[in-house]
Amino acid sequence: MNVERPTNLTQKTAKKMDVDAESSPAIRSANDKARLEAVEPASAPQPELNSKPRWDEVSVSEITPKMRTEGLHASFGASEVLKGISLPIAEKLVTAIIGPSGCGKSTFIRCLNRMHEVVPGATAKGKVLLDKQDIYDRDVDPVRVRGRVGMVFQKPNPFPTMSIRDNVLAGLRLNGVKMADPDGQVERALRQVALWEEVKDRLAKAGTSLSGGQQQRMCIARALALEPEVLLMDEPCSALDPIATARVEELIHELRESYTIVIVTHNMQQAARVANFTAFFYLGQLVEYNRTPVIFTRPNEQRTEDYITGRFG
Amino acid sequence: MVDPYLRRKVTDRVVRGACVLGTLIALVPLFSVLYYVVVQGIGGINLDFFTELPKPVGESGGGMGNALVGTLKLVGLAGLFGIPPGVLAGVYLAEFGEGKFAKVVRFSADVMSGVPSITVGIFVYSLVVVTTKQFSALAGGIALAILMLPMVTRTTEELLKLVPESLREAALGLGVPKWRATLRVMLRTAAPGIAVGVMLSVARVAGETAPLLFTAFNNRFWSTGINEPTASLPVNIYTNAVSPYEDWHRQAWAAALVLLITVLILNISARFLVRSRVRAR
Repeated sequence: MNVERPTNLTQKTAKKMDVDAESSPAIRSANDKARLEAVEPASAPQPELNSKPRWDEVSVSEITPKMRTEGLHASFGASEVLKGISLPIAEKLVTAIIGPSGCGKSTFIRCLNRMHEVVPGATAKGKVLLDKQDIYDRDVDPVRVRGRVGMVFQKPNPFPTMSIRDNVLAGLRLNGVKMADPDGQVERALRQVALWEEVKDRLAKAGTSLSGGQQQRMCIARALALEPEVLLMDEPCSALDPIATARVEELIHELRESYTIVIVTHNMQQAARVANFTAFFYLGQLVEYNRTPVIFTRPNEQRTEDYITGRFG
Repeated sequence: MVDPYLRRKVTDRVVRGACVLGTLIALVPLFSVLYYVVVQGIGGINLDFFTELPKPVGESGGGMGNALVGTLKLVGLAGLFGIPPGVLAGVYLAEFGEGKFAKVVRFSADVMSGVPSITVGIFVYSLVVVTTKQFSALAGGIALAILMLPMVTRTTEELLKLVPESLREAALGLGVPKWRATLRVMLRTAAPGIAVGVMLSVARVAGETAPLLFTAFNNRFWSTGINEPTASLPVNIYTNAVSPYEDWHRQAWAAALVLLITVLILNISARFLVRSRVRAR
């Protein structure tokens, strides 16, 4: 279980990234396989490589979308943050949204589970299709949407009054779901995020007693316990150190077996490491959307190239 | 060689000294009150004080059992009438309070907490005592509840606002309806703090005299139910203290001590509650 999967994408991009490594020490540390393995011994069995879809050969036009936005506009009061985004999101693959601060990437994924409108004064126009149903349709309950499209936030946000166990079950409990086997649910969710071994002896301790990286994985487990179809991650590693970041990235690799994942990231190397498709946003517009290796090696747009080579942003 | 930092060190000493002096001056009245009440009141405290009725003039002994029970009854009623609407109003202001109406509510709560307590007494007198044609624990409880209301409301609001927005988002992001997120996450997280605020407001009204003078009035005997004039510690302190009898004065001091200790216990347990809740389970 390494950060670098022996797949075409990661090898290709890793090579590309090595060229950039002089300027970005973050990559070097994350690529430091030996150290990671020393810190975190492999616990889960290696998944079969052949079971993966050959996503590196799928082009954007051939995407099987789990979700799709059509002409999505979003505003805070009078200022328009998203100016008509149309984007298909591939099922059971990882889509990364990159772009400079304020380009609307967080707003975009918050529109995907109707969390955008939670902020006072925030409005959205356009369509967001989830399995061909528009979640902005008048008779769709946003609360139900959020059950199907889970979210992980920038900063770990465990419920401070709850134990680790209760945090993981919070989504089910707060929704009044009757559980036949809550302990099993907890274990399953925590195993999914590779946190079980670390916390199994202190499930009754406060969720806030964990380290930042553990808290974030617990929050992911909390989202997964609801068995969502799509998992949105809004810069999930920005508050984490490199080792915790590597763990979350590993996790994303595993989760894409069963979930559709959309991840917003500030960190381009992260996008290159984890995503199958990458969308580049700039000033509320979608500049370019393509397979990740294409975005990072031979982008079509000058602005994309300028951004990924660090000329602005 | 002159110490180059001498000037700064001297200034530091002077400022620190001034702060310590100010603190000492502020502590003098506090501790003198405590000391004086304890010294004067301790002599009147015995079992009879807690269980017996006041004795008629001329007979020594007796107690303030009725006033003790009366105060508990009044504070209980005040809590019953004051805490639930206060907490709910606070939730409203914190969670849904964007519009003009909320502003008005917030402003009136602030104004209300500044209203002299005797005004509230007159208000309840004309509203409850006059219409029911009797002084009663009910009227006293209502008066105290009105005094508690703005405190409870604003404390609840402020403490809910201290709960990080990220928790609400976490709950909503899990597909939890807003009302349930508010109740089970926001209010739950702020609960220890709100409990402290509530206890402090209870402690405050427990010592109120003015609003009880013409609502609960007083009673030399046990009162049953909530529709009779009811004795309370503060009012008894007042009537005993202005009387010319030495025995009564001693009882007043004892009552003052008991009241002081009750308020102190409420305050300390409020603080203790915070500390034990904050510690991880």
